[in-house]
Amino acid sequence: MNLMQPLARHHSVFFLILRRLRAPLILLITAMAISVLGLTLVPGPTENGEVQYLSFFHAVYFMSYTATTIGFGETPYAFSDQQRLWVVFSIYMSVFCWAYTLGTVFALLSDRNLRQAIATQRFVREVRRLREPFYLVCGYGETGRLICHALDRMGLRSVVLEIDEAKVGEIDLHSFAADVPALCADASNPELLGYAGLTHPNCAGVIALTNNDATNLAIAIAARLLAPKLPALCRAEHRETSANMASFGTRHIINPFERFGETLALALHAPIASQLLDWLTGIPGTAVDRDRRPPRGHWIVCGHGRFGRWMVDAMDAESLPVTIIDRGLQTDGTHRWVHGDGTGAEALLEAGVQKATGIVAGTNSDTDNLSIAVTARELNPELFVILRQNHHANHALFDAFESDITVLPSEIVAYECLAILSTPLLVPFLDEIRRRDEEWCSVQLERLTTRLGWNVPEIWSERVNLSKATALYRRLMRGETISLGMVLRSTTQADTYLDCEVLFLERDDDDHLLMPAHDTPLRPGDELLLAGTRHARNAFALGIANEHTLEYLVSGEDLPDGWIWRKFSRRKQQAAKPHLP
Amino acid sequence: MNLEKVIFGFFILLAATLNFGFFVGEIDNPAHHDIYELFAALVVSLIATVLKFGDRTQIGAVHLSTSLVADLQLIAAAMMWGYAAHISGAGLTPEATASVVSLSGGALLANLVSVTILIAETIMQRR
Repeated sequence: MNLMQPLARHHSVFFLILRRLRAPLILLITAMAISVLGLTLVPGPTENGEVQYLSFFHAVYFMSYTATTIGFGETPYAFSDQQRLWVVFSIYMSVFCWAYTLGTVFALLSDRNLRQAIATQRFVREVRRLREPFYLVCGYGETGRLICHALDRMGLRSVVLEIDEAKVGEIDLHSFAADVPALCADASNPELLGYAGLTHPNCAGVIALTNNDATNLAIAIAARLLAPKLPALCRAEHRETSANMASFGTRHIINPFERFGETLALALHAPIASQLLDWLTGIPGTAVDRDRRPPRGHWIVCGHGRFGRWMVDAMDAESLPVTIIDRGLQTDGTHRWVHGDGTGAEALLEAGVQKATGIVAGTNSDTDNLSIAVTARELNPELFVILRQNHHANHALFDAFESDITVLPSEIVAYECLAILSTPLLVPFLDEIRRRDEEWCSVQLERLTTRLGWNVPEIWSERVNLSKATALYRRLMRGETISLGMVLRSTTQADTYLDCEVLFLERDDDDHLLMPAHDTPLRPGDELLLAGTRHARNAFALGIANEHTLEYLVSGEDLPDGWIWRKFSRRKQQAAKPHLP
Repeated sequence: MNLEKVIFGFFILLAATLNFGFFVGEIDNPAHHDIYELFAALVVSLIATVLKFGDRTQIGAVHLSTSLVADLQLIAAAMMWGYAAHISGAGLTPEATASVVSLSGGALLANLVSVTILIAETIMQRR
């Protein structure tokens, strides 16, 4: 694809137009000058025996309306034949010049170079004028689209760099609440990253999601050097890229295959912990499937690529027997290899599909994966099928085939990014859970699901600060002691609790509590991670922000509202005071 | 030798000389100032302006601005002449002639600056 590079200087579009219009303008001036000059020199009709000549004033007037094809007729008097001869000549000359000029102007306006320059200039201006926090999203593919829409719903702005012109065009068609500035350009160019707001004071983070690892790496290093304080979320599909990104300290490296490999390894190793994680990180509202967990036994992995390798690693960690079906000729010596194509029954039978417990269809072709899965199910209906889906557009086919787990890398990356952006506490919390044993997880899962049900809850963070939790923060700063249990109470019935649980509490002094108890006192600056229903989320937010609601939660009394009632109640308090020591 | 440079220098110099030709003479005597010369000076000045379009250097910018000043002055002079000759009804009086010529005198100054810049630019060139 031949991509136009934007002009080096974007500030000179006006001069570019002027420069291109030089020739037609000079031609136009010359033609006009010749016609006017000729008209003043050609003898006109005779009046009172004297030959009249047109003055410059009249000549300019006449040529102005004739050359532009308006045509008022012959003024100020009927012309002589000599004058008419000259006018015929001038008309053809000037019409040709006008046509040439207009043609040049239209050619210039449809010029790709110029349009790119104008688009770049407009984009740079839009980004420079952003006055609210925004995320720089590089790559508007399936993942980019999911993330931009989610950011838009959260009320956050995004700026998009995308190399494919058709996808940039899509942005205008998708309805975003806020305008999304987008430019068709190669995001690995640091200068363009600068124009897209990498060094902008309001830039809140960089998200590198292109389908090219080299480009993502280039974005990561540019972000590291040009904006070291900015969080960078980078997608990496090769192990070397992840290692490279990690070597210079990229904050969040998201490898969808590695992430799923970890999930699978955990599911094989610790089913309950994995259930707990599924319950915490799933799509809100969906139910967690309790029955279909990946079984331990003989596995077949079709396709030993980026994805297949992580799957094999996950099984090796549990020392499960694995047979690999791949077209490649190399073997690694430790696993059983079947050379061939998983889509055919022979290779599957040779790999022992009838005795296997599970199969991973992990090639980079969606049709191959479906074909493998369907064939394998026919040979062994009890198989546990993990299906890799590469393109979101094929979801109808994947929905129709009831696999046990469908892995869609673009969605994994999108949910991971959104979890990092919207609930920063989730990552340390999940790390903490992974370190706990099965017994602890089992107790917690039991406790949480009896309280909140098996559907995936909403997970959100709250911070005790002045802007979000005004009332609570003020009271805490005054030295009052308020415990978690108080603010978790329901506002409608004082003796019941909201349908939410505090999962994690982080304090400024690097202290953190996992599943804090209800009698834990809150401190200003605390950050909470909660799970619960949407209703509980709204009620909790109101409780910590609103003085009256908080007073009711803490003391069980309604605070007097309005000036008169406040005065009245204060007098009563003052009257009561003298009795106190 | 560069043809573009020749044409550029030619038009700048021609604009200045034509302007000077119109300007010299008694300021209020219409016989000393030929209207055809004003017309030629205006056309050449306009062409010189267009030739300077699109030069992004600092000197190019100064060139363009002096040229625009000259155009403005000459157009004002031409309009003054048109008003005096056709609209006022009094014809080309010495007062009207004086104002036309003095306006073209301003343009002459701008054109002289243009020529000076051209010469300075040439001298600075070390080839």
